[in-house]
Amino acid sequence: MRLDATLAILAMGAVTYLCRAGGYAVLRAVRTPPVLDAVLRNIPAPLFAAYVALALSRQDLAAVIASVACAAVHARWGNFGLSIVAGVAAIAALRLAGM
Amino acid sequence: MAGQGGDRMAPTPRRPYTRAMRVVFTRRGVLRGAGRGVPLLLGVAPFGLVVGVIALNRGLSLAETLLMSGVVFAGASQLLALELWRDPPDVLGAAIAALVVNIRMVPLAAALAFWLDSLRGWRLWGSLFLTVDHSFALSVAEHRAGGRDAGFLFGLGVVTWAGWVAATGAGYLLGAVVALPPDHPLFFAATASFVAILVALWRDARRDVPPWIVAAAAALAAQALRLPAPVPLLAGALAGASLAAWRELRARPDAA
Repeated sequence: MRLDATLAILAMGAVTYLCRAGGYAVLRAVRTPPVLDAVLRNIPAPLFAAYVALALSRQDLAAVIASVACAAVHARWGNFGLSIVAGVAAIAALRLAGM
Repeated sequence: MAGQGGDRMAPTPRRPYTRAMRVVFTRRGVLRGAGRGVPLLLGVAPFGLVVGVIALNRGLSLAETLLMSGVVFAGASQLLALELWRDPPDVLGAAIAALVVNIRMVPLAAALAFWLDSLRGWRLWGSLFLTVDHSFALSVAEHRAGGRDAGFLFGLGVVTWAGWVAATGAGYLLGAVVALPPDHPLFFAATASFVAILVALWRDARRDVPPWIVAAAAALAAQALRLPAPVPLLAGALAGASLAAWRELRARPDAA
């Protein structure tokens, strides 16, 4: 391993761990107002809604249809592996059909 | 799965669960989290393969690729850093790439306080190291469904970490041999896994539709304005979360 590449990777690791652990440590020591608490508590679903919207905006109609299929399978069976396989199978079938 | 449980366990701004309900960390919880993580590897693997292939193309050695996946363990920031990778590597540039993408983890870890507040030592700092989007979202869903075992987050994280390191290594090794086109259906697994997680976080239309629409609209607007990644994602998440928080506090004025 090269020294400069190793240093760059370790720097990335240190910064990433600071984001993970530092944020928690600071927000734990400082008593946060209820509004901030409520915002933090409500971040997860909008974060993934934004992620999915961005991901689909860069893909085609087949990806949207496959996402609906994936969501429907997850709503029905609640099994992540099955839902992901369903999504991939749906887009593979749509591509095969010419989409 | 999170639906009815979410209604019953909907947290209030006073966080009563941190006092009233005892949080544990058991081997059973770790194994349960690990088991839940195994099917998610289907979503992690394609992304890991891509990162491995790109690392190969950028001239990293296999050991450097594995080290990056092992100590950074954050796919989007690894991809961005590899996009910006130069020879010789720019230490500051790599660190900034990691910061910009991973700053979103600051509130993620803090939002897991319902479990983390009860942990100490390696259980706490290890769980924090292993927290990624998947394990975070599934832990929130598990907690909403009544889960009180923080080992779930740790077990889920360990399996995801091992799968991530293995997938990037496999991508690196296969990179020279297998050349998957960028639109191969397998790459849709990454999007599909986030769609499934979103469904798991669903509570009901009244509470979820407005913030989710605002989040998607804000993210797409930021993207249309050509703001650099990860600004669109952060803008969407914060806009949606702010609306959800405002509606929640308005519905319970006594809590604010």
